[in-house]
Amino acid sequence: MPEIKEIVKDLADKHGRNRESLLPILQGIVIEERFISDVAMTEVARELDMSAALVYGTATFYSFLDTKPRGKFVIRICRTITCDMKGKRQLIKLLEDLLKIKVGETTKDKKFTLLETNCLGWCHKGPAMLINEQVFTELNEDKVSEIIGDYMRNN
Amino acid sequence: MDKKLKRVDLIFSEECVCKDVLTTSLKKSNDDILKDILDSGLRGRGGAGFPTGLKWKFTAQETSEEKYVVCNADEGEPGTFKDREILSRVPLKVFGGMAICAKIIGAKHGYVYLRGEYQFLKAELEKALVEFHATIKELGFDFQIHILMGSGAYICGEESALFESMEGKRGEPRNKPPYPTIAGFRNKPTVINNVETLVYAFMICRIGTEKFMELGTTDSRGSKVFSISGDTPIAGIYELELGMSLEDFVEDFGDGDTKAVQVGGASGFCVPRKKFKDTIIGFEGVPTGGSMMLFNSSRSMYNVLKNYVEFFEEESCGQCTPCRVGCQQLKIGIEAVKKGEKSVHYLDTLQKLADTMKVTAKCGLGQSVANSFSSIVDNFKEEMIY
Repeated sequence: MPEIKEIVKDLADKHGRNRESLLPILQGIVIEERFISDVAMTEVARELDMSAALVYGTATFYSFLDTKPRGKFVIRICRTITCDMKGKRQLIKLLEDLLKIKVGETTKDKKFTLLETNCLGWCHKGPAMLINEQVFTELNEDKVSEIIGDYMRNN
Repeated sequence: MDKKLKRVDLIFSEECVCKDVLTTSLKKSNDDILKDILDSGLRGRGGAGFPTGLKWKFTAQETSEEKYVVCNADEGEPGTFKDREILSRVPLKVFGGMAICAKIIGAKHGYVYLRGEYQFLKAELEKALVEFHATIKELGFDFQIHILMGSGAYICGEESALFESMEGKRGEPRNKPPYPTIAGFRNKPTVINNVETLVYAFMICRIGTEKFMELGTTDSRGSKVFSISGDTPIAGIYELELGMSLEDFVEDFGDGDTKAVQVGGASGFCVPRKKFKDTIIGFEGVPTGGSMMLFNSSRSMYNVLKNYVEFFEEESCGQCTPCRVGCQQLKIGIEAVKKGEKSVHYLDTLQKLADTMKVTAKCGLGQSVANSFSSIVDNFKEEMIY
């Protein structure tokens, strides 16, 4: 795995070193590492020659720019009303049982993090969830068990 | 079964015409196109409904060297999913609309700000962009479109917050005025339009103003893409004429037991059954960015309201006190009334708080919390208590 220093440098080479590059760089770190550590934020600040407070302020504003350690797979289940009406609560319970963690937590092996998120834009096909960037819709208990099983086996 | 409402097929029809329309439009004079867009009566499809032609005209009148056209694809309103569908099915029309706008206002660069939840769309969009850039190069028009990603913040759908985010900052709304037509992205004159608005502008150039004006009503010209979800047997995306009555809508899309329709998402209005007949969906009645959520009599409107208030509490950017504290207190307040810790009259106090937010919050998010709050509490008071 490349050092965070290298990751930040590569991202800055790609996106530039001004204020406008900050969001794409932070997004890039999340894709690589799943979260932005304090070390990563300091490194970005150094590379872009801005204060670490600016980087921190920007990173913590956005819900997808996680600043807490996350698993390799971040599961975000939609909590908005239509997904809720279609049975999202049972699915969260099932996910908590399958992964043996609560919403907001990460499994011990650092593989999965379970989170809730606001409207994913799949209200006609709810309940919906994201695993990293991938979308899963029209979920039910069987489907969720199958998807999580696949992720557990193949990764 | 006969349907009451006519289905329209403008947005998703014939994607391949992009080049033809651009060829004709790029030859036309700016004044002619602007006149068409103004005459068509097209109003913004993101929810606020500002006349599109005026936005373009104001920006065109500015004398800046640098101008931008931005496509707002930060679709985050609960119950809205039409922009995702438009971008995945007819991206070239969206880009085409941006190019026509760029010609009129004199922009060399355009940006699509895509919400982080739609990251999976990015690769497809970039593929379509290659084709688009080849087309306009062939036509000798100097214009580049870039895709920027959001990172899960509803507030960035607010135009000035979106510019802040594009500039690498926290997505906190700016004071207005100045409006984007004068000082938008990088403080330069900017047209920012919703995905769907850009496609309609493009289609007006394709089919002509008159055809477009045959649809809809005097105040709400044309058609609109609706995102229909909740208690309906046929949830999905439908293009319908503006100006329909909610009664006809429910007849077509309801499950026979519709108790209420939330028009315009969490920031919109809740209309109860007894008002279906007198409610018009359009700028003269209840406007919507496309979100239509149906609830049948098995649903608790308290749960619906609580879901919305929790949503706003989390998505409030925290910059201004009325919104930051207001959303928290509305949530705590309805919970307390439900538990019996506060009397029924406390709902009136909460209503006053919501009304205060409407006049004092800095941006549309805080101002619109009162819409759903008051319309649900007013119409379903007993459900808030028992």
